[in-house]
Order: sequence, then structure tokens, then C-alpha cells
Amino acid sequence: MTDDRQSPSLAGLACPIPLSDYPTVQLAHGGGGRLSQMLIEGMFAKAFANPVLETLHDGAVLGFDGDRLAFSTDSFVIRPLFFPGGDIGSLAIHGTVNDVAMCGARPLAVSAGFILEEGFPMDDLWRIVQSMGKAAEEAQVTIATGDTKVVDRGKGDGVYINTTGIGVIPQGVEISPRRAQPGDVILLSGEIAVHGIAIMSVREGLEFETELETDSAALHELVDVVLERAGSRVHVLRDPTRGGVASALNEIAAQAGVGMRLSEQAIPVGEQVRGACEILGFDPLYVANEGKFLAIVDRQVADAVLEIMRQHPLGRDAAIIGEVVEDHPKQVFMRSRIGGLRIVDMLSGEQLPRIC
Amino acid sequence: MRYVDEYRNEAEATRFVQALEGVVTRPWSLMEICGGQTHTLMKSGIDQMFPESVTMIHGPGCPVCVTPLELIDRALVIARRPEVIFTSFGDMLRVPGSTTDLLSVKSEGGDVRIVYSPLDAVKLAQQNPDREVVFFAVGFETTAPANAMAVWRANELGLENFSILCSHVLVPPAMEALLGAPDNRVHGFLAAGHVCTVMGYWEYDPIAEKYQIPITVTGFEPLDLLQGAYMTLKALEEGRWGVENQYTRSVSKEGNRPAQKLLGEVFEVCDRKWRGIGEIPGSGYRLRPELRQYDAELRFDVGEIVAQEAPECIAGEILKGQKKPHECSAYGTKCTPEHPLGAPMVSSEGACAAYYLYARHE
Repeated sequence: MTDDRQSPSLAGLACPIPLSDYPTVQLAHGGGGRLSQMLIEGMFAKAFANPVLETLHDGAVLGFDGDRLAFSTDSFVIRPLFFPGGDIGSLAIHGTVNDVAMCGARPLAVSAGFILEEGFPMDDLWRIVQSMGKAAEEAQVTIATGDTKVVDRGKGDGVYINTTGIGVIPQGVEISPRRAQPGDVILLSGEIAVHGIAIMSVREGLEFETELETDSAALHELVDVVLERAGSRVHVLRDPTRGGVASALNEIAAQAGVGMRLSEQAIPVGEQVRGACEILGFDPLYVANEGKFLAIVDRQVADAVLEIMRQHPLGRDAAIIGEVVEDHPKQVFMRSRIGGLRIVDMLSGEQLPRIC
Repeated sequence: MRYVDEYRNEAEATRFVQALEGVVTRPWSLMEICGGQTHTLMKSGIDQMFPESVTMIHGPGCPVCVTPLELIDRALVIARRPEVIFTSFGDMLRVPGSTTDLLSVKSEGGDVRIVYSPLDAVKLAQQNPDREVVFFAVGFETTAPANAMAVWRANELGLENFSILCSHVLVPPAMEALLGAPDNRVHGFLAAGHVCTVMGYWEYDPIAEKYQIPITVTGFEPLDLLQGAYMTLKALEEGRWGVENQYTRSVSKEGNRPAQKLLGEVFEVCDRKWRGIGEIPGSGYRLRPELRQYDAELRFDVGEIVAQEAPECIAGEILKGQKKPHECSAYGTKCTPEHPLGAPMVSSEGACAAYYLYARHE
């Protein structure tokens, strides 16, 4: 070993992801499940170690002049670029607006970074940009700054978009995964797995007939309503995107050191989504959502929060799906439809369609 | 959802559980053949609802799990070739070969693609005449007709750039191998409903007769399994043997005749090695001599393959029902879905994956 490698500089530290296991990056490292978690916690959080990052929430909370700012970034590499009910542009706005909202903040502004592939049709880019502008207008956020890079033909996938958002957290709002505590109630704002299945229905090689459209939507208004009603009694907010509801709840359970108990019967899943999942061998609990969130709240306000969510168009199918418990810390259990009990684990790898 | 919710009904399940308790007077061991059934047991939590004296032994019906290691290694070599588009059902991509898996080959630049039907692989071959399209044809009698159809179609189109890496396995010879083993513990079988949808269940009569055991053709929903177990246990308690059909909404005695005819035209029965179990005579399909040009093993000379199983993995004992996943020393520690030592930990029909995902047993 050379002196250089023994030096305490970052470059000299051994790679924390065991090379024997994963010498190269796998798709699942970005899938929102356990491999993503390994990469984030094992490599990024270690290398960039600081107290803000350590919370590993959807966004960071920064103190600024007596106020608290929420700050979050997300990159969008979705394929196909246009899908039922949306496109990469609207998704890029909704995704980041939601990440900011999940910190309990009112989103103010977002940035937009485009990585374009040489040869990409200008018409398609225009459609994406228009849709992005419309989504931002509807969400009442300003696209305040941006950046454009073009890569050689064949070195990109048409368009990648990165958006970063900031927002202000109102006084009295205190959202953190660590605040989940035994006795709390877990609410879900609507039917799950809609986005993931809608995308899959138009993916090359898997086209199947469905009327499903993505649920992609900006959730901050609904979050606002909930926070206005229940304030600091709302303990955790999380939008279960990649990895689905199961992975999001597992992350929260692990961070708070609590157990969770869900009821399969109570989890809203639409008929079309259930049908597609049955055929493909997918569990809707692991399929991505882009317009739903989980709220973990004090039991005393749970019914009131549910009622107020249901009055909002984006929350009309909201449901209480479970509770936080003291037992089996860091594990999520679910009572099945027929009354059995099983573990709901974090997504491992990607969900792959089965043989039979 | 129709045809699903009816079979996940809690009140009905409770009724069956009570009926099971009423009928069982002594210890019995039942084997559910299919890994899909194992997953239903764990996922719905019915494994905890059976009377304590009933032991469910998880059978070898996981096509991904029993695909020989040598063949997976061969697939990895073929998938790395630059002219090849290697196609497979999603399940196979994470199954560990001796050193790596298909997903890793993909991340290293191999053109590995998931298809949802073998006919999609044929279509790919049509669309890419300058590439070699290989389909990884694994599975039991359930998937064999679709795979046979792909070869039949390629032949009809005169495609020269399509081939299959074939590892089809058959259920009845495996059941006989299990029953004939000196350490057999199985008193009754829940036969695999989807296999029987294709093949019927006339093949099981001689087995039930020879070994004097009850075999119940069983579906995959929670209530199917409860009812299948009830029918088998009732037969055992009454000293009866023979074949019964619980899965009547899908299975007839003679099965799907056109599918069987196609199988006969494309495949012939051969001896087949099962991963972890060993060679079972007459337990597989290979392409008929006149269709061998579609055999990827013959098309691509991959040289000698020396396959090496992870020494700690007891997949063989798991697949034979001799041990439960949590009885393995590597289970949940050295062997997890992220770091599988054997196929049962990553297959969607693998017993180890079912335990790990739904029941853990730490």
C-alpha cells in the first residue's frame, strides 16, 4: 500500500460498499429499496457527513435568520418521457414540490437543470417545457433558475431533468421521521401504486390495456390543510415514491426505532392496479407513487386529519392504514386480508416480473 | 376484484381453520409442490393458522431454484457475447451463478433484457436480424407451452438468429423421486394447480396408487390452500389415497390438450439435473432432434463450465423439504436477498425468499 492510500484524506478511505458484492453500480442502487439505502448511508452520508444530512429525510431543514427553510433536490430519468396523465416535465415539478412539502414547508421556488441529448426533437422538448411551466404555475412555485447541458448523441436518454426546491416551514410545524412514536396513527392520502403501474402499462415490451393515468400531483396544498388542522401533532410526512409504501414505512420505522402494524384491508388499492399487480406478480406496496403521501400523526387528531384530507380532491380516498407500536422495533407487520400476520420488508432490488 | 377476493375471505378462512382442527387427530406432513403456494402461505400468514400437528413442507416447485448452476453459468457466458441479446423472465436475473448473476452481466454491458412472453423474444429476433436472440427457457409444465410456441413460431418464420437455453423440468418424476427417497417425510401432496391446468392430473393416479398417498390438485389463493389441505388431511385421517381436484375452476383431468400436443411436437422427455437435488430420470424436456438448431447450448460453444455452489447453501435440502429455510446457518446472515448464496433466496417462488420477506424467523 502506498503512503498516499494511508493518508486520512477522503480519497484514501476504502470504498464502504463491499466491492466483492457490487463492483459496479446496479439499477437497484437507484430503486429506492435496500440497495439505495446501502449506497446512501454507506457511501454518500459517510463521505459528506454532517448533522443536516444525517436526518436522511426527503429534504433538509436549514436554519436561516430565525426561519427554517426546507431544501430538496431530485433528478428525473423516467422512461418513457411521455406517459398517461403526465410527462417528465410535470413530474419534475411535482416530485420536488412534494419533497419540500414533506418537510412541512410551503414551496417557494425551484431550479431546473436539463441534460439534453444531441438530436432530441425540439418539438418534444417544447412539450416538456410547457408542461413543466404549467405544473409550476398550478403549484404556485417559481422556476427561478436553471441550467442546460447537451451531451453527445447516444450518451443520454433524450432528456434528464434535475429540480431543486426551497420552501419555508411555518412556525409550530415539526416534521421528522424520528418523531414517529408508539400510539401514533398512520394515514395514507389515497390509492397506491397508480403511477408505477401506469408507467409500466406503456413500457416497451409490456404494453397492456388500462385506463390508468399517473397520480403525479403537487401535494403541498393538501399538506397545508393537514398542518393547519393538526400542527405539531403531525409527526412525520413522507411521499412513498420509488420503493413504494412498504419501503417508506420501513425507513421511518428504522429511523424512529419503532414498530408498525398495518391492515391490508385498509390500504386503498384500485381494481385496475390490483389486477395488473396480480398478473405481473408485483406487490402494490412496493410500486411507486407520485401523488400520495403518508402522514404519521398523534392518535388524538387522526380522525380529524382523515376527515379534512377526504374533503380535498387529492385526498378523497385517504385512509387510516395502521399504527405505530412499541413491539418489534424497526419492523413493519401487516395483518393480511384473511387474518394472518406477516412482515412487510423493504424492497430488495427491483421488483421483477415473475415466470408464472 | 372478482375471482380473487372470494378466495381471500376472512370468514371463510376461519371456517376452514376450524374444520381443519376438527378433522386432524395426529401429526401429518403435507408438501405443497409449488413455490407460488409457499409464498401464499407466508404472505397471507396461513402457515400460522394450521393446527400445530400439521407440518407444511415446502416442495421443489420453483423453476428458478432448480435450474442447474452449470446452465446459469452457461447463460452468463452467452449473455456476455457482443452479438447476443439475452432475454429472460425477470425472475432469473438475480439468481446467483458460480460467480455472478445476469443483472451484473447487464451492468457490465451485456445486452440482457426482460421479456414478458417468449414470443416477445421471437419478435426481437425478427427486429434484429444482425443479432443473436437467446431466450432462457426455464420452468415447469406451466411455462413449457409458451416456450414451445416460441420455437414453433421461430421455425415457422424460418428465423436463424433465435435460440433457447432450455431447462424445462417436470413435476411427476420429481414427486416420485421424493416419495422413493428413504428419508421421505411426506404424507400427502398439494399438487401444483397451474401445472395441472396444462397437463391435467391423470399422470398422478399411478403415483397415488403406488405410494398409497393422497394428492390434491390445489390452487394458489389462501382459501385454495386451506381447502386443499383440508381435503388431503381428511383423506389421510380416513385412510384414503388417490387424486382429488380442489382447483376445479381451472383444472380438468385431461388438461389442456392443444398445449400438450404442441409440447409433444417441440420437446421430448429427457433426464434432467435439478439444482441441489441431482439428476432425476425422465424429469425434463429438451428440443426434439429436428428442432435442435434452436438449442442455444449447441449454437454457442461455451467450453467447459466448472460450476461451484456456495458451500454453506443447503438449497438442496430446502427443495427436498428436508429442512426449513431458517434452519440454515447462513439464512438471514450470510444469505439475504441482497447477497444470495442460493436461488431460493431470490426467486419469487423460492422458500427462503418467502420466509425472509414475510416471516423472517430470526
